[in-house]
Amino acid sequence: MPEKTITFRIQEYKQGDPAPHEETYQVKCDHNTTVLIALQDIRREHNSSLMLRHSCHHASCGTCGMKINGQEQLACVVKVLELGTPVVTVAPLDNLPLIGDLVVDMDPFFAKYNAPDMPYIRSSEFNPEAATPDGIEAYTRFENCLECGICVSACPVAGSDLAYLGPAAMAAGWRVVEESRGQETASILDWVNNEHGCWRCHVAFECSEVCPSDVDPAGSIMSLRRELIRQRVLRFFSPAKQGS
Amino acid sequence: MEHIQKPVKDTARPRNPLMAWFDVRKRRVGSWAFALNRLTGLGLVVYLLLHLVVLSILLQGEAGWDKFITLARHPLFLLMDVVLIFGILFHGLNGIRVALVGMGIGVRSHKTLFWILMVIALVALVISAVMVFTI
Repeated sequence: MPEKTITFRIQEYKQGDPAPHEETYQVKCDHNTTVLIALQDIRREHNSSLMLRHSCHHASCGTCGMKINGQEQLACVVKVLELGTPVVTVAPLDNLPLIGDLVVDMDPFFAKYNAPDMPYIRSSEFNPEAATPDGIEAYTRFENCLECGICVSACPVAGSDLAYLGPAAMAAGWRVVEESRGQETASILDWVNNEHGCWRCHVAFECSEVCPSDVDPAGSIMSLRRELIRQRVLRFFSPAKQGS
Repeated sequence: MEHIQKPVKDTARPRNPLMAWFDVRKRRVGSWAFALNRLTGLGLVVYLLLHLVVLSILLQGEAGWDKFITLARHPLFLLMDVVLIFGILFHGLNGIRVALVGMGIGVRSHKTLFWILMVIALVALVISAVMVFTI
């Protein structure tokens, strides 16, 4: 694919500006140029103050989530020419406070993970017999969620209810319930069982559509609801209930 | 120790909640259904209030009511009836999908369920529209 000059319209904002505004840049792109590479070219050649966040360049760290042509995506894996548009718009994620240009404050996002008994890393039950390398006590298993915040940006409810736990945090909660590995799950279910938890979701499924890691947060939220309903029904018909 | 100023958060963010609900550009069918469900819900509430206002015309006696019936048979009014039926059908049938999926039933096939219900809504809407304009 030959090199093409693509117009980038980037939403920019610095602390103290009255409002975000758009700036336009021309960038030469070939078939390997990702949006993240193009943004780094812009920062190097046109605007050294352009603020963006990135790390791994291969969809593992989840730090370069942004809206590209109006859709939440990881900038590091979106090829510019494959977008097929002569103009590419880039904007920060929605539903999170804006710090500057393409950088949003992830504090509110990660604060939702402060659930009771929510483990960050869990011991893996896989391969228990395998020898571990020197210095490693046990294997750990990581979850698919990149914690990129893309699902929160796409969620219509997260934009209107700041207390909403959000798709990512509840998907993490469901992982604990779904595969508890001996951990008690009542506190997790209790945590999501309120008007700002799983019952707030309005089944738009946009979080699952945009998730770059196929976590399916909406499916997890529905699973949490199903489990809560199941437990409620069981309690209703339990001997203790009938006897009381 | 050097003082580091904490970034001031843009008070304009998060964006307007109405934008979060109704800005469906580049969104998929679930978000369109979500936005349309809200719109039809609000529309049905407004209709209910208007309906009560219209019924109060009865208090003005037979002449007032005859005048209203003449208005209600105007083609534009009949078209509004069709819009109302669309609102009822969409809100009701999509509500069934939301209720089922929201209880964990049919989660994997929520899109198929939506389109099946929308085909039912479309057929019912066409039949209703014909009846509104011909009966």
